[in-house]
Amino acid sequence: MGEVIVITSGKGGVGKTTNSANIGTGLALAGKSVVLIDADIGLRNLDVVMGLENRIVYDLVDVVEGNCRYKQALIKDKRYPNLCLLPAAQTKDKDVVSPEQMQKLCEMLKEEFDYVIIDCPAGIEQGFRNAIAGADRAIVVTTPEVSAVRDADRIIGLLEANELNNPMLILNRLRLDMVKRGDMMTIDDVKEILAIDILGVVPDDEVVVISTNRGEPAVTNLNSRAGQAFYNIVHRIMGENIPIANFDDNNKFISKIKKMFRIGA
Amino acid sequence: MNLFDFFRKPPSKDVAKDRLKLVLIHDRANCSTEILEMLKNDIIQVISKYVDIDNEQLDIQISQSPTPGSKESVSTLCANIPIKNIRKVTS
Repeated sequence: MGEVIVITSGKGGVGKTTNSANIGTGLALAGKSVVLIDADIGLRNLDVVMGLENRIVYDLVDVVEGNCRYKQALIKDKRYPNLCLLPAAQTKDKDVVSPEQMQKLCEMLKEEFDYVIIDCPAGIEQGFRNAIAGADRAIVVTTPEVSAVRDADRIIGLLEANELNNPMLILNRLRLDMVKRGDMMTIDDVKEILAIDILGVVPDDEVVVISTNRGEPAVTNLNSRAGQAFYNIVHRIMGENIPIANFDDNNKFISKIKKMFRIGA
Repeated sequence: MNLFDFFRKPPSKDVAKDRLKLVLIHDRANCSTEILEMLKNDIIQVISKYVDIDNEQLDIQISQSPTPGSKESVSTLCANIPIKNIRKVTS
């Protein structure tokens, strides 16, 4: 019996889809069977981030409406074993899917896969309710900005109201240079404000943009800082105890030594 | 820290943090300005029975204040109510 994890944020543009793609791919690379569901009906994107946009035949709405069997709609990623994508519909209205239907679909998929990763749409309306309906646990993505943190707080409240307790946080696009200047909230600041456990911190890294351009998630490039961060997140999801790297180090002497040995990032 | 840091503005991340903390208190309490306004009117009515207060200057807000002897802070309802005249209660 697998686990259904929804990746959500409230605010748009903070990196839900990128995180979903990387977590899904990372879990598949670690030998798990994974299905990624793009729940953002009407604005599908996970397919293009994954580089699978040319292979879509059926979508989530087709499955829910019974136009095809779910296995027909799953796109197998040829690069990674055991990784599948269930794409969102692009042309249909998001209200055609109900939370009950999503729940049923998740129950079915977790019989077969180790992990079902749901990429939740932005907002707190129907699309959000559909995406969380079948989830066993939730990951909240935010960036260290006031708007994103505020929306994350709202989402955490809504998740708990829907009995998805103890969601975990991914702090995305952290800029170390700005943190050092005191111009960006740190991991500890965000943790204190949201009172939530941190699943991982992803530094702002151009590798993410480059890999998205190519349709290859950054987690496949472990030489990059973002790739390493996603790798750590994936292994924490699998239950490994990997400490969160301390990015808040203000001690110039130690940071210089760390720089010399290229550690700590 | 050098001498000039004393005259500098606080780091922007601290400003962000303080603003967020305040806005989240309101969000979490689901306390809209509308509700706060109703609360304010009710308080005015009750207090006016006993004392003359300056309705214009009355100020009510939710803020955070530290609990004594602990680092934790609690949400508090702060009301600043200027009294014009203490009314004698005639019973």
